[in-house]
Amino acid sequence: MVNSMAELLIKNGFVFDPILGIKGDIADVAIKNGRITDKVSDKAEIVDASGKTVMAGGVDIHTHVAGPKVNVGREMRPEDKFFRGEYRGGVLKQGKRMEMGFSVPSTWKTGYAYARMGYTFANEAAMPPLFAPHVHEEFRDTPIIDQTAMPVFGNNWFCFEYIKNDETENNAAYIAWLLSATKGFGIKIVNPGGTEAWAWGKNCSSIHDEVPHFEITPAEIVTGLIKANEYLGLPHSVHIHGNNMGNPGNYKDTLDTLRLTSGINTSNKFGREQVLHNTHLQFHAYKGSSWSDFESGAKEVMDYVNQNKNITVDMGQVTLDETTTMTSDGPFEYHLNQLTHFKWANLDVEIETGSGVVPHIYDKDVRTSGIQWAIGLEIALFAKDMMRVYITTDHPNAGPFTRYPGIIAWLMSEKARQATLDTMKWKDKVIDASNIASMDRELGLYEIAQMTRAGPAKALGLLDIYGSLRERSDGNVAVYNLNADELPSDPALIEDAFRNTAYTVKEGVIVVRDGKIVAEPPKHTLWTKVNMPENAQVMHDIREKFSTSYSINLENYPVFDENIHNARAIELDAN
Amino acid sequence: MKTITMTLVQEPELYLECYSVTPDQFAGKSLAEIADLPAHEGKIQWKLGDFFKFEGKAGETAADTKIVVNGNVRKMKRFGQKMSAGEVVINSDADMYIGGWMTGGKITVNGNADTFLGIAMEGGEILVEGDAQNYVGSSYRGDWRGMSGGLIRVKGNAGNDIGTAMTGGTIIIEGDAFIHVLTHAEGGTVIIKGDVEGRVGGQMVKGDAYVFGNLLYPLPGFKKVATVEKEVDGATYTFDQYIGDLGERKVKKKGEIIYGNLYLKK
Repeated sequence: MVNSMAELLIKNGFVFDPILGIKGDIADVAIKNGRITDKVSDKAEIVDASGKTVMAGGVDIHTHVAGPKVNVGREMRPEDKFFRGEYRGGVLKQGKRMEMGFSVPSTWKTGYAYARMGYTFANEAAMPPLFAPHVHEEFRDTPIIDQTAMPVFGNNWFCFEYIKNDETENNAAYIAWLLSATKGFGIKIVNPGGTEAWAWGKNCSSIHDEVPHFEITPAEIVTGLIKANEYLGLPHSVHIHGNNMGNPGNYKDTLDTLRLTSGINTSNKFGREQVLHNTHLQFHAYKGSSWSDFESGAKEVMDYVNQNKNITVDMGQVTLDETTTMTSDGPFEYHLNQLTHFKWANLDVEIETGSGVVPHIYDKDVRTSGIQWAIGLEIALFAKDMMRVYITTDHPNAGPFTRYPGIIAWLMSEKARQATLDTMKWKDKVIDASNIASMDRELGLYEIAQMTRAGPAKALGLLDIYGSLRERSDGNVAVYNLNADELPSDPALIEDAFRNTAYTVKEGVIVVRDGKIVAEPPKHTLWTKVNMPENAQVMHDIREKFSTSYSINLENYPVFDENIHNARAIELDAN
Repeated sequence: MKTITMTLVQEPELYLECYSVTPDQFAGKSLAEIADLPAHEGKIQWKLGDFFKFEGKAGETAADTKIVVNGNVRKMKRFGQKMSAGEVVINSDADMYIGGWMTGGKITVNGNADTFLGIAMEGGEILVEGDAQNYVGSSYRGDWRGMSGGLIRVKGNAGNDIGTAMTGGTIIIEGDAFIHVLTHAEGGTVIIKGDVEGRVGGQMVKGDAYVFGNLLYPLPGFKKVATVEKEVDGATYTFDQYIGDLGERKVKKKGEIIYGNLYLKK
């Protein structure tokens, strides 16, 4: 019986909360009416967390778990499900529905697997606006976890034209309108200008390559969107997947992109400090001029990130699995297909964006994969402020999100990293091309809490709801089978503890007990509602573009109310 | 080698998934433990002992275990799936996925085998005394990795899609085949001793197809380059050699372009 009005008391755990500065003190966490509170009555249900680690529910800042390209991944990879289903794969049904798939799990498995890892929130990192209804309908079928989706703006014709004409106010009004129309959360940029150029068979591989037919550069697109984001004061910053992703030598392009934030600060009501979030930095931190002299550029990039507080990043850690890449970066997927000749799907989304899907094998016995693995970990291990560097796999691009527990083990244990290095066929070459073998840093549970809940919640501007055990936060709690006083020396035990929680609590309801799904309470879809006067010019432009360039009518474009599941609007007044 | 004989005592109403019937699963187990192994009929899980009675003894290892299946198992799938060693003999027709994903050992079907015989097989040997249906030695649907090693010999005819996405190993069809042979292949050998309707080697990058009988509709992406003598399955014949698929991407090895080969017996 699910009763979110009930009281819950999680007693005597080792609590880690970077927002409250609690570093493993033994404490109780009380929840009433679904929210964290200071005390509960003696009727509260007791969860004994003694000898266990307690954190706020995990927050994933960047993952691809819903929408058309994810579904293309499911459709084009029946083999991703084989021997991994309910009967023949030996996976026992826990929740209401069975679980399927590995690199592109079903929506049901997505919700259950996040919950089992103690996560209660995930941000879908790329929503093609035209297909927003599909994204929201998949959210409805993803149990337990709260979700947001970021529409992609980096190849949008409206934004191009407003930016070219330096009309920040109009650009901001359009963005606010699109967030409302798609029930989106924030501004995502993927390969600015490059995906539009791909419609002409071209790409923008540096921030100064002009976009065909628009007389605008990626640098101008990024700067223009940051200006609009801060004009509105949105909860999250601009969230970027920059130009020239996945190519040797691209760390210079990444630094060029990051330098665009120089001197830009933010004032917003959500406590966010950065103006740019550079996602899956691993794919953007490559040195060398080709794959033959490819090496790690993690140090160069992280030196810059460490010095600049207005930037946050996430890892995009390669997990050494067979996975499925999917991105709005159309040209990247074409190049990947040319490298491997695996199957390829490509899509152009009218005047908004495009995308591609290609399977990929990160093989521990291939030198490139080994170096990519090292670069991801180096990004975390070079970081000075763990509130600004987050654990992700760019799921499923560098590996499935279900591998987060393994990443935590690599970060917490040099022994675990060494063991993985030792299995690599080209170990010596990987060591030569990276810094990983010389890094003896081992992160602690407090830093893991920074990287997996407090930090990403702050960067998303959602710290009032997620990421902390402060009073009035949502009652989302993860209890891990880890004694913080006597951490196991075997990293496999750390991985096990983070894979299956002792308890996961979602808004006061125990949803996971002993690693098994036990309840599926209603989840929420969050979106950003900007209150601002209607902009007549922008509404005119929208009507005009819909009559000339879109395949559907304006009236059919916005997400219908019945598409969006348990909406929870984050409201703000535009400056 | 120890032999264990399983005899059908109860026919399933639907089709039964006998994925547990492998020397690897049986090795080291008592008859009671073997009878307790799972099998699925649709979504219902049964035990092998609900359908078979067991006699004899399993070996200590898979390599030391031979399984003989008696009774009409026409409606039973997945015998020898993923097996690594030992032997399975089926004295009947059998259904789909016989020897799928197997890495070693030997399977003999003294009857016909249905679709997906030996798909994605990595090693070992399959002998079918009768016919096989479609997808012999192919990849699983959607996968780009077909049979990579071992030998499949079908003494009768086979259907469509033989050796799709094959990368290694040998398939011998002693009778006829219909369409789609070695499609997408990047290696491996398919020998068809009878006639083939058409579409041999479409999108093939590498691999060898031999057709002894009549190839009714050859693909336009193949070009005749030579007449050669080759030893095939223990005897020497004269063939016209074609290369292709010329419409597909080219693979280079040591600077030389490699093609797929189609040999038509003169």
